[in-house]
Amino acid sequence: MTGLGGGPDRLTARGVRMAYDGAEVVRGVDLALRDGEILAIVGPNASGKSTLLRGLARLMRPTVGAVLLDGADIRRRPTRDVARVLGLLPQQPVAPDGITVAELVDRGRHPHRGWLRGSGDDRRAVAAALDATGTADLADRLVDGLSGGQRQRVWIAMAVAQEPEVLLLDEPISFLDVAHQIDVLELLCDLNRRRGTSIAMVLHDLNLASRYAQRLAVMAEGRVVAAGRPAEVLTESVLREAFGLDARLMRCPVGGTPIVVPVRRFRGPAAP
Amino acid sequence: MTTRPIGIAMPGAAFRFRRIAALAAAGLALVAASALSLALGARGIAAGEVLDAVLRPEAGNNDHIVVRELRLPRTLIGIAAGSAFGVAGALIQSVTRNPIADPGLLGLNAGAALAVVTAISVFGTSSPGQQVWFAFAGTAAAAAVVAGVASAGRAGATPARVALAGAAVAAAATSITTLLLLSNLETLDRFRFWQVGSPAGRDLDALAVLLPALIAGFTIAAAAGRMLNAMVLGDDLARSLGARVGVARVACAVGVVLLCGAGTALSGPIAFIGLMTPHLARRLCGTDHRWTLAASALLGAALLVTADVAGRLLAPPGEVEAGLVVAVIGAPVMVAVVRRSMVSAP
Repeated sequence: MTGLGGGPDRLTARGVRMAYDGAEVVRGVDLALRDGEILAIVGPNASGKSTLLRGLARLMRPTVGAVLLDGADIRRRPTRDVARVLGLLPQQPVAPDGITVAELVDRGRHPHRGWLRGSGDDRRAVAAALDATGTADLADRLVDGLSGGQRQRVWIAMAVAQEPEVLLLDEPISFLDVAHQIDVLELLCDLNRRRGTSIAMVLHDLNLASRYAQRLAVMAEGRVVAAGRPAEVLTESVLREAFGLDARLMRCPVGGTPIVVPVRRFRGPAAP
Repeated sequence: MTTRPIGIAMPGAAFRFRRIAALAAAGLALVAASALSLALGARGIAAGEVLDAVLRPEAGNNDHIVVRELRLPRTLIGIAAGSAFGVAGALIQSVTRNPIADPGLLGLNAGAALAVVTAISVFGTSSPGQQVWFAFAGTAAAAAVVAGVASAGRAGATPARVALAGAAVAAAATSITTLLLLSNLETLDRFRFWQVGSPAGRDLDALAVLLPALIAGFTIAAAAGRMLNAMVLGDDLARSLGARVGVARVACAVGVVLLCGAGTALSGPIAFIGLMTPHLARRLCGTDHRWTLAASALLGAALLVTADVAGRLLAPPGEVEAGLVVAVIGAPVMVAVVRRSMVSAP
């Protein structure tokens, strides 16, 4: 399966169902991240987005179905091999106290490294990650002392140092102001363009998602209710079905992508 | 993409130098403390005699006998137990991601104490050689119970659950210990000596017996250093970096039991070393576990041997047990550390 200008599937959820303590959260999802694309997973709270991302990152085992990395079951491959290809940035990672930016970014080299010490490759990858994320000037600063925006850049630098071909991010911009949100998304686009990193991320902001992702997957109640180009997916009926939201759509004056203007929330059975 | 020159990227050269200097200083402190431990005591022995006693012992020389039979064993046991407590504390704090975790908090010392009291009161054990095994077994049993209780249920053994289970096991074991002690005053007398904790008057044979456990424990710690660097980022990030979190956690738990069990069996339960040492080590060497674990070993040993020496000088001609010295000095130091917010999570 090849898609809209994207390459072959890198990471695929095939008939995936996932549950916490018997309560099913992901209820049969088929979704593929294609080579070289940016995919945004959107949907209301508790629609199963983050859980699906955990499944894609092999942190949680599907109760039914499988996650395929380059066509092979991700759970069959040694986790360290997977880590050389697939990176994840969780929602709110916690840095050890007193760690410097360079040290934290260096931790991203874990899957590439032997027991004792790093190689020249490691040092080059860390330096390149610091450069690519604009954090080189912060290298010797303590992570504790950084602003929220700087810190998120540093975490992305750590993920970049891992040199993953596929990068998953769980709400990478949820705790940032609008300028830093744009900053982080531009950075991810840059990685996608320059390194060809395939990116799947959970986002809440539909307008930013439609502007920065080539494809959207809209989830509701554990299922993907629509997937495709933003202009195809973000429609009034999808917004009503997924979010229980009455909304109008406009065109973004910058990118021509859809902009959602909420009108009101539907009350009643459609929006529990 | 521009690539910066190699060498600037990783923790600055100044920082690396500081780390090496800190480790060397800790090593020197240990050597100095050990030398003092051989040289100082109730019986005044000249430095030259002490050196002779170690290098060219004479059979009938009383000074040599004191050095070789009394001071050398307690120094060696202090080094072994101190480094074991230091590394065990560092492992526990990192695996549980809890900066105030130590063998005491996790109920391991209470388990060892209960086993020793049981040995004395139920089996009538009086020889330290036998108590060693009970102390070791008690530590392992407490760890097994804590792990079992913490990982019961679907959520698994989260750091908070481990700490709570440890507190519960400590409380239960301590209350049973108290019950046994209250019902038997003779046991209380013998137990009191063990309970205070000191490298003095212990059995050097125990060190030989426990050496394999210590070596295994230190080996596990050395092998776990790199893995812990990933583990302290949280389970999700560690797993996505390719760390096998479950395996690493079990390995570290085994290491803690070996080190803590051997340390407690050697010198009795000594509080604070396992708690304080990792904080000192992180302050001196930063966050890389390959360095902080090594520093914890040296600092733990230096602390315990120093405390043992200080105990000999505090109240001549008597002695204050090292366990008390550590607690008396350790408590204010810990308060100062907390007040200056030097507490750091691994």
